[in-house]
Amino acid sequence: MSLPVPPLLTYTVRRVVQAIPIIILIMVGSFLLIKLAPGDTVDALVGDMGGADPAFVARLRAEYGLDQSVMVQLWRYMLKLAQFDFGWSYVYEQPVITVLMSRIGNTMLLMVSSLVVAFTFGVALGAIAARRAYSWTDNMISTLGLVFYAMPSFFLSLLLILIFSVKLGWLPVGGIRTIGAFKTGWADVADVARHLVMPTAALSLIYLAFYMRLMRTSVLEVMDLDFVRTARAKGAGGARLMFHHVMRNALLPVVTLLGLQFSTVLGGSVIVETIFSLPGIGQLAYTSVVKRDLNTLMGIIAISSIIVVVVNVVTDLVYAWLDPRIELK
Amino acid sequence: MQGMMGRLLLLGGALCVVAGAAQAEEVKRGGTAVIHMVSEQGVLNPALRASTGVYQISGKFMEPLIDKTYDGYVGVLATEWSSSADGKAITFKLREGVKWHDGKPFTCDDVAFSAMNLWKKLLNYSTTLQANLEAVDCPTPHTAVFKYSKPMPLELLVAAMPDLGHPVPKHLYEGTDILKNPYNQKPVGTGPFKFVEYKRGEYIIAERNKDYWRKGYPYLDRVIWRFIPDKAAAAAALEAGEIHESGFNGISMEDMVRLSKDPRFDVGPKGFENNVAHSTVEFNLRNPILADIRVRQAIYHALDIDFALKTIMRGYGKPGRGPIPSTAGANYTDNVPTYPYDLDKAKALLDEAGYKPDANGIRFKLKHRPAPWGEYTQLWGEYYAQALKKIGINVELVTNDAPGFLNGVYRDHDFDTANGWHQFRADPAVSTTVWLRSGAPVGTAWSNQFGYKSDKMDGLIDAAAAELDPAKRADLYHQVQKLEMTDLPVIFAIEHPFLGITSKKLKNHHNTPRWDSSSWYDLWLDQ
Repeated sequence: MSLPVPPLLTYTVRRVVQAIPIIILIMVGSFLLIKLAPGDTVDALVGDMGGADPAFVARLRAEYGLDQSVMVQLWRYMLKLAQFDFGWSYVYEQPVITVLMSRIGNTMLLMVSSLVVAFTFGVALGAIAARRAYSWTDNMISTLGLVFYAMPSFFLSLLLILIFSVKLGWLPVGGIRTIGAFKTGWADVADVARHLVMPTAALSLIYLAFYMRLMRTSVLEVMDLDFVRTARAKGAGGARLMFHHVMRNALLPVVTLLGLQFSTVLGGSVIVETIFSLPGIGQLAYTSVVKRDLNTLMGIIAISSIIVVVVNVVTDLVYAWLDPRIELK
Repeated sequence: MQGMMGRLLLLGGALCVVAGAAQAEEVKRGGTAVIHMVSEQGVLNPALRASTGVYQISGKFMEPLIDKTYDGYVGVLATEWSSSADGKAITFKLREGVKWHDGKPFTCDDVAFSAMNLWKKLLNYSTTLQANLEAVDCPTPHTAVFKYSKPMPLELLVAAMPDLGHPVPKHLYEGTDILKNPYNQKPVGTGPFKFVEYKRGEYIIAERNKDYWRKGYPYLDRVIWRFIPDKAAAAAALEAGEIHESGFNGISMEDMVRLSKDPRFDVGPKGFENNVAHSTVEFNLRNPILADIRVRQAIYHALDIDFALKTIMRGYGKPGRGPIPSTAGANYTDNVPTYPYDLDKAKALLDEAGYKPDANGIRFKLKHRPAPWGEYTQLWGEYYAQALKKIGINVELVTNDAPGFLNGVYRDHDFDTANGWHQFRADPAVSTTVWLRSGAPVGTAWSNQFGYKSDKMDGLIDAAAAELDPAKRADLYHQVQKLEMTDLPVIFAIEHPFLGITSKKLKNHHNTPRWDSSSWYDLWLDQ
């Protein structure tokens, strides 16, 4: 007696199972790479404190298990990881999972809002530019895209802070909430949204430029294809032609890029989160490297690789939905 | 932030007199002071981590036995202190009527427990200071007698107490794993503010302790520390009025100079005198070239200290005169050999040492590691490389982050010269002499990485550490300074205080030499 398993499910399960050795490989590789960097978390701590006596340093090393060989440390770490135990962060003096969980929400919020903004506006502007190719509108949009693309996000972030916080006083300089205001319900949501305006803008503009350029080219290409001519011949015009026939097909490369860039946005969030002092995992990654907080760093890498694997699977699924010709095997 | 400020105005009279006659203004109660912090602190217990970053926060919750003011050392949790004639018993009278934040009374038991279990065993720098501590007796609940196996100079212990003398509540620590005790992250002290919440990566909130032993204090309702790692963003937050103060060079020098012209801010070194540091050039004497004293003298002569002071430190600082800074009181002397900027003399010394320039004008090459302690050390390292080029020494800069630097210099000794800073901690015996004395295990940060070994120096350091007579002790430290300036294992090139920037809305700010680390019981907000 066998139930028919939907191909979508088998596909997804297979992809997830395939991901496990990849993640293990990533974890082992990262662990060894981090260990290659000179110094450990005790050195970073001692540097922070302005010095300590040898007994203090030796005691900390023993407590953190850093007096063992790298291979022993790796083995211990992987054993713990197999039980989904990310260990203890000696910098934050909390379990790594607590540190990560308190931050992942903020980063996901920032990433998703940035990508939504970048994708929506990028696709829309790209389509408009393609529709009116080589016109004054197209030139305007393309030039703007170039400016966004060329502007480094740290510079854009500081520029935004200077204009909207220091000069105009409209938006808060950083953080995720007004500290000490203790807002609840919708007031809290509005407060968080206000804090996210500038980080989202700073993070999304580069990607917006990407999607716009790609969408413009893609739409121009699709418009020349035979099936568009056919659609036109059977009477589809204006909006229907654009949305139903052209854009749906033109979106394929943009979706590819979106899936790929999910991971680079994670990287870009390091800078944006640091400047806007957003408590996310990007900022956490940066401080963890500086402080050699190995367990936290490994936790971030594990979470990030899981996110990237999941997003890749989802991207493939979206392909199949956008273009029924693509089969999931 | 508006709306939550208590607007209870105190009318003239008694409390203003208490606040200090210099304050002609009426003290306003209530309000929240928001303070910038560059980096997070995992441990908020000053009896476990001796670090200004920890004191900046924990100083509001936990108080030391003694604090330092511009009028000298004053009692906080202690009221009097004295030493036996042989220096082996030091007695503290403790303040009565002080309560921990959880309502339990503060007594000698707390001091004895903290001294024996934390200060002696776990606290950095203090383990060395208290190495000869044998017991703390409590003849009465408010008398603590520290028993030492070797004479302990009272002057040294008192000078160390503001940083290394914070008791913890025994009833919360006894019988626990002290390092893993949850109160290390949510401190319970006797201070004017109580710990409320630590949101990692965002902020720490403290609220007014209504039962504070100084009656009528503190003035503020709350203190909030915000973690802003980016210095440019921190400067913007100051300008936007979101934070009131940033200490310990928390913003870039460029912003510091710019905002010092802004009438809304007070900028300067006042309130940081206790934390004076030296910008240094450190030699590796294992290198035969640098083992020649003439080469080290030549390098000192090649450094235009005034130029560096003006351009890098923007005038905040003065030329160094050896390991002890001018703020150290009687233990400081400026009667030491000096090495003024003189390129010709520098070149002559190098010629004399036998290092003549080759066809390209190069005498030899040095591998230099600048410490990553921020703007000063980075720019000072770059200046050093340029300055040495003028006398024909090629300097290769090797830049690392903190763990890389500490390992490269202190453990692997993989450097010819290095530069960083060295912080003076109230008394030379706390953190300074360990740098010059031989015998520390390899790899200990801020111990003798030079490979410098002088029996005379070791003898002076040991004699001073055990000398009970302040005048003789001072004389020994003067000799240490002179000898260091003669032997030059390290150039203490520039003495500079840290800088702070404070909104003028804060009143009574930076009124003690270790203000950022102090309790802020008399701080108030004018708005």
